Amino acid sequence: MAKVKMSKKSTSIDMTAMCDVAFLLLTFFILTATAKTPEPLPVETPNSTVQTKLPETGLVTITIGKSDGKNQVFFGMKDRDVRVGALEYMSEKYGVTFTDKQKAQFELVEEFGVPIEQLGSILDMKAADRAKVGVQSGIPLDSIGENKQQLQDWIQYARKANIDRGATKELDFAIKGDAKEEYPQIKQIMDILQNQKINNFNLVTGLRGKDY
Amino acid sequence: MAELNTGDGGGKKGGGKVRSKKSNSKVDLTAMVDLAFLLITFFMLTTSLSKPQSMDLGLPDKDEKVDTNIKVDQVRTMTIILGENNKIKWYHGLLESPEPNGKPTDATYGKDGIRKEILKRVKSIPIATGNPKKGMIVIIKPTKKSTYRNLVDILDEMAIANVPTYAIVNDITPEEMKLVDEMNK
Repeated sequence: MAKVKMSKKSTSIDMTAMCDVAFLLLTFFILTATAKTPEPLPVETPNSTVQTKLPETGLVTITIGKSDGKNQVFFGMKDRDVRVGALEYMSEKYGVTFTDKQKAQFELVEEFGVPIEQLGSILDMKAADRAKVGVQSGIPLDSIGENKQQLQDWIQYARKANIDRGATKELDFAIKGDAKEEYPQIKQIMDILQNQKINNFNLVTGLRGKDY
Repeated sequence: MAELNTGDGGGKKGGGKVRSKKSNSKVDLTAMVDLAFLLITFFMLTTSLSKPQSMDLGLPDKDEKVDTNIKVDQVRTMTIILGENNKIKWYHGLLESPEPNGKPTDATYGKDGIRKEILKRVKSIPIATGNPKKGMIVIIKPTKKSTYRNLVDILDEMAIANVPTYAIVNDITPEEMKLVDEMNK
């Protein structure tokens, strides 16, 4: 009996096309990806089933969280020209001057949480040191005490700066609170916003499963 | 598998013709494709997950001049009080004279807790009022001990159940406070 011989077939496939597609997709995703910056005040946001996305521009984020057992508030502006404008108004009002270098640094700061008096020294730090937890102490917002309600002023001047740059749309405000934060703290921020007639804002949440 | 031909021609042999060797131009792309797909997966997952979700919240104007004592039909109102330790107390109608099956009751968050009650009433109230435009009104009263998670959870319930009108109210009456104290024990 003659043996049935299997014909030897080559197992290698031409991968050129696959490689092309893979790299095309890779390039696309790299270009569209936005780099995630480290947060100086990490918060764990509560989850919700709502699927609206935050706007990309014209947004101000107020982060409320706890660090070292103390409640802290951080302030972040998305647009660079708003950052510059707001800083100028603030330095004028509080009589704190900044060097050009510090101003240029501030343009790159996503989020900060220090009284205006300490902002200069924070800006002189390296970006990586700045983002460390515990370096920044939060923006003062109580109406009593020396440095008063700086948060209120930041909000107001950010809006002013937004108008100065000729934006037709009002700034959007987002509250990013830690899930474990007690209601009165959140209420305080909402009150500050409402005092400036900002009655609509976004609550930043994480995504929850559909079958919740 | 890799078949990179590194033939260098081998030099001249005698006086024969110089034959250039047919070099194999195929490069094995498996590893490259592997790497590319790994990176694609990485970038795909990080980009879609890093965009935060947000929930719109509109609060009424704080203007003092506006008369806030708007009379609302008690049949339509359900009050939800958010207490300590993720507890909820709710009632339907007035506290002194609740609607049928609407006495102050404890509940929990989620599918098997408060949502059942809300969904039931979202359907029944327009029928009871006889006007589809006069739907349910939910009054959310967060106490000082409730957390931000509680507030977002209950707002989420409103979104899930499609409650037409809801409001966050901050004044808690002494009677309601009593209920809360009882619940927190």
